[in-house]
Amino acid sequence: MKNNKTTFSKYLVSGVAALALTAGLASGASAAENGKFRIGIVTFLSGPAAGPFGVPSANAAKVLVEALNKGELPAPYNKIGINGAEIEAVIIDEAGGATKQVEEYRNLVQRQKVDAVIGYVSSGDCLAVAPVAEELKTFTIAYDCGTSRLFVENSDAKYMFRTGLDASVDNIGAVRYLAATRPDVTRLSGIQQNYSWGQDSWADFTAAAAKLLPESEIVEEQFPKIYQGQYGAEISALSVKRPEIVHSSFWGGDMEALVLQANARGLLEDATGLLTCGEASLATYKDQAPNGMIIGARGPFGAFAPENELNTWFKGVYNAAYDLDPVYPATKMAQAILGLKFAAENAGLADKEIPTADQLAAGLKGASFPSVSGTVEMARGNGHQAMQGISYGEYHYEDGKASIVNSVSFSGECVTPPEGVSAADWIAQGFPGAQCN
Amino acid sequence: MTSLLAVLIDGSIYASWLFLVAAGLTVIYGVMRILNMAHGSFYAIGAYSAASLVGWYFNNGIGPAWISYLLLVGAALVAGLIVGVIIERGLLRLMYGRDEILMVIITYALLLILEDTMKIVWGVNPYFAYQPYSELGRTSLGLLKVSNYDLSLVGVSAVIGLVLWGLLERTNTGKVLRAVIHDREIAVAMGVNVRLMFTITFVIGTILGALAGALTAPAISVVPGIGIEVIVLAFAVVVIGGLGSIGGAAVGALLVGLSRAAAVHYAPEFELFVIYGVMSLVLAFRPEGLFGRTLARKI
Repeated sequence: MKNNKTTFSKYLVSGVAALALTAGLASGASAAENGKFRIGIVTFLSGPAAGPFGVPSANAAKVLVEALNKGELPAPYNKIGINGAEIEAVIIDEAGGATKQVEEYRNLVQRQKVDAVIGYVSSGDCLAVAPVAEELKTFTIAYDCGTSRLFVENSDAKYMFRTGLDASVDNIGAVRYLAATRPDVTRLSGIQQNYSWGQDSWADFTAAAAKLLPESEIVEEQFPKIYQGQYGAEISALSVKRPEIVHSSFWGGDMEALVLQANARGLLEDATGLLTCGEASLATYKDQAPNGMIIGARGPFGAFAPENELNTWFKGVYNAAYDLDPVYPATKMAQAILGLKFAAENAGLADKEIPTADQLAAGLKGASFPSVSGTVEMARGNGHQAMQGISYGEYHYEDGKASIVNSVSFSGECVTPPEGVSAADWIAQGFPGAQCN
Repeated sequence: MTSLLAVLIDGSIYASWLFLVAAGLTVIYGVMRILNMAHGSFYAIGAYSAASLVGWYFNNGIGPAWISYLLLVGAALVAGLIVGVIIERGLLRLMYGRDEILMVIITYALLLILEDTMKIVWGVNPYFAYQPYSELGRTSLGLLKVSNYDLSLVGVSAVIGLVLWGLLERTNTGKVLRAVIHDREIAVAMGVNVRLMFTITFVIGTILGALAGALTAPAISVVPGIGIEVIVLAFAVVVIGGLGSIGGAAVGALLVGLSRAAAVHYAPEFELFVIYGVMSLVLAFRPEGLFGRTLARKI
């Protein structure tokens, strides 16, 4: 009986080991073995950031991957898939926080065997994932997060890239827009979500205003809780200080609620609103936002994207699929995918050869590639961070159609700190070396 | 002076909104002893239902604007009634008599299920029903301009509070409910159909939650997650006032509303802290809340 038990145990252990080995081999089958290039796409599919950011981004990824696999993009992106290999996209939810995203990232790389990862709206997620990308040697593009710390804390990054812009550019660009269009404003105010995004945005804006609008003063600042939704007291506090400009880095439902309530109460008639993320809700304001409200798109994205063949094509397919124009998160996702394709096809590989992470990194580092937003220069962060210009303009609603008027663009060299200089230092020193057209 | 006036007005408006959100929560706890975590989802369902209905009404240009106010209330009544009956009959009825902590976990699970159900039904894109908010215009008080819709919420909130008080204190159903609150077993022995009272109470609580969401919808962008945010505030208000006390919820809402408005105007850096500061202070001296009782509870 004992012998039988021992034998059974041996069989059991052997069986489990064999199953584990088989499972390991199965999960270890790389995407390259089925001839496809597998991309992990990470963005918010649930929670408050899904509507304004995640869903437009995921939609952009879907239409772009589908068109790439059919070879339907304009040149130079008309080769099928990635270097001739069909793309397989694995789209996962970014919700759940940084710790969960690190687990999800490991799962994508180690179990799902993706060849590259594109993702992350949240700066916290970007910062958490960046060292893991280096550890796992996986080519990764941060497409939207804006933290200035990404390539400060990961200055020796080899596999981590960002094709979107640093958040400091948003607020330097916003102040430059005020200086160019409203140089006489003196009474500035702000309302920001009370977390690092809002606090950093306000710090950059006020520091830049001190240099570029030296006559101005901050008359009121408010930091309500994120997702608060009700801003009655904050709007009153701002109103009684009679500001000329109300700056806000609000996004999503918070931003839409703020505009709705502030407009109904006359704050946005008495003062000009300046929303750094305002373009994302261009289609939803309708007559509830006043004409003349200043909006941005965190770069030359969405409605600010220039007219070029790629952008015209992208807007066409996106509109055909979703009956909407792409907003800035959608453009940024398209830009990241095009950056990946450019990197792969610049690696000098044979047709349909799947590039390695090292080849992809070499292909994108310091590169200059055409995109839906114009030419992208990977000119900062040691060749890992995109540098582009930024545009701001005024919201205009007429005959049931929203548009942007009085748009002003600033070059990348005008709003981006030089290599190796932090945004805070560059602003404090008075923007040395800035080249503004 | 303007700031003081602003504090009083902003505080009253915020307090009326808080009371609307918290009333259903405290009614359900008072009668059923269920700390209903899913109350935020009822708020969100009311907001989505109202935004969908009012949005549809205006997009189709069907009729005058004043009908949209009836639609807001109607959407909340129908949504609250349907959701309340389904949840009470289909789930909670099977759980009565269990430990209060277990009921918290059950209603938390319900909240997660309802949050995902709302995403399936309404998706993740924002819904708007701004017309009722902007149609009422605004009133100017010196430098301060106040939305008439927001001001009207103070009146609506007072009416709802009075109706609830009247229902409990001046009707036969209210007397029976109070009997159930004071001693469920004796009430059963006296022939009270406690299960029916539970159903009525839960549906009233659900409708109140949905009504709060529906009346808030015109002023906000209705997006996933709005229910989660309000449940924390609602809990703070009912804990300050005393769990199960309608009067306590009203006083708690007023205390929180005025404190928060004062912080926003005079010390914005304390705005996040002030709600929980007030709660901590009250609980330090009265752990059962301002109007809470340890033995016999009253709503």
